[in-house]
Amino acid sequence: MSHPPASGGRPADGTPLLDVSELTVHHGQLRALDRVSLRVYPGEVYAIIGANGAGKSTLLRTIAGLHRPTEGAIWFDGQDVTKVRPERRAARGIAMVPEGRRLFESLTVEENLQVGATYARKGPWTIERVYEMFGWMAERRSQRAAQLSGGEQQAVAIGRALVANPRVLLLDELSLGLAPVVVQRIYGMLPQILATGLTVLLVEQDVSQALRVASHLQCLLEGRTTLEGQPSDVTAEQVEAAYFGLAQAGHSGESDS
Amino acid sequence: MMEWVNDIIQGILTGGLYALFACGLSLMFGVMKVVNLAHGDLAVVGGYIAVGVIAVTHIPVLWSFVIVVPIMAVLGYVLQRTLIQASLDRGVLITLIVTFGVSVVIENGLLQFFTANSRGIGVNNAFITSSFSIGSQITIPYLLLLIFGVAVVVLLGLQYFLSRSKYGRLIRAVADDQEAAQLSGVDYRHVFGIAAAIAFSTVALAGIAYGMYSQLAPTTGTDTILLFAFAAVVIGGLGSLWGTLLGGVVLGVAQLIGAQINTSDEVLAGYIVFLAVLLIRPQGLTARRAR
Repeated sequence: MSHPPASGGRPADGTPLLDVSELTVHHGQLRALDRVSLRVYPGEVYAIIGANGAGKSTLLRTIAGLHRPTEGAIWFDGQDVTKVRPERRAARGIAMVPEGRRLFESLTVEENLQVGATYARKGPWTIERVYEMFGWMAERRSQRAAQLSGGEQQAVAIGRALVANPRVLLLDELSLGLAPVVVQRIYGMLPQILATGLTVLLVEQDVSQALRVASHLQCLLEGRTTLEGQPSDVTAEQVEAAYFGLAQAGHSGESDS
Repeated sequence: MMEWVNDIIQGILTGGLYALFACGLSLMFGVMKVVNLAHGDLAVVGGYIAVGVIAVTHIPVLWSFVIVVPIMAVLGYVLQRTLIQASLDRGVLITLIVTFGVSVVIENGLLQFFTANSRGIGVNNAFITSSFSIGSQITIPYLLLLIFGVAVVVLLGLQYFLSRSKYGRLIRAVADDQEAAQLSGVDYRHVFGIAAAIAFSTVALAGIAYGMYSQLAPTTGTDTILLFAFAAVVIGGLGSLWGTLLGGVVLGVAQLIGAQINTSDEVLAGYIVFLAVLLIRPQGLTARRAR
């Protein structure tokens, strides 16, 4: 396994919790990811940014086990999990909040959380604790998930992932389809989540949001890594160039949503 | 006049039998989107196993289910985890072809080993063959009443299991979203297996019940049980458990009213109602928003 050296300022001497090397994923003929590598260290908030179709979601889904890579390896906590089924990865401590929330719509809020807790690891997160974090949720525990607003559903989806007591939490496009104020509120919960010792790997189209929360940043373009570093080390111009591709650098705006 | 009342009562009770036929089919479709074309044949297999079990162990006829249901449940789990899952992985349509194949294999196997002769379960049993009367014109067989009672208990049990138990919750979750369930650590294939085991348990009861009510032959599975199960499911509403009872009752009453008009119209009347429901209310009588 060959790795590009982890960039400066991070605990490069420690062991990465998640070590993705040279990952290539195909959707049929389409090469969705092209030798993407990343190392996520414990306690980090690692943000992957990129435009629509850059391969961000594919990367997260492959780490969760929902796609099989054509090449490359995924190591989690010192073990090769590349061929491990998604439900077994969850049991080892990889939880994902999927794009579009994907709640169990005919189940109630509480039942959604109960399903998340069924095969939970030992840890600080319980259904009660999720209710404490999201004050409104306990009162509406008997409501069907389908009856909630988008932001509320997103909160339940996060809760469902948290009660599994994962070691790394994968967040796929939390902001998608939500009003900015709701997005702010949800990202505002991140410190509380991190305080329990979790590591976060998130995918975000909304670059400014990602820059606000990330301790490390990686930009994808058409399945390839175009930029990697700490938010303090990269300039807005670099991000823009990496996000849109050099040819289109100079365009204004950061996201189409 | 009393003849009609008698018919309607009999029809309603027969609906319990049809609900037993249908609820397993409905469950398999509701959870894993499998239309199990071998459903009826598997019920016949359950009935034949009962015949064998009764002959060998001399267990009281009405208690044969204690042995047959677990056997069929295990068969359901194994069949789901192997053949049905393998075909599901290739696409939902493949399951139609594969379960059709299973149906053909079962029918020919039964013909080969047990001949085309039909056989009943507990034909000499006093309880199974006797009935009681209300007034002079209403006659109710004990067996039909028992089967209706069993159907109601099965549906209540299923509903309780699905809404209250851990595995019931997982079954509903997996029916909603397999991937999301996987992300929560749920092995949906195992959950499918459990759902199949439950469905096959009801299939065993259906086969035993029909063997007592009438006669089982190698072709009974497709020409009677599967067709009536489909009719009950469609009339009642796909994926709704209590809909299968309603559908069964409507089918049963329609058949007996048809028979009252002309004996040869019994089955035809049932299918006319079935087609009418398809035309007028294709979502079934108990349309449910989510499930």
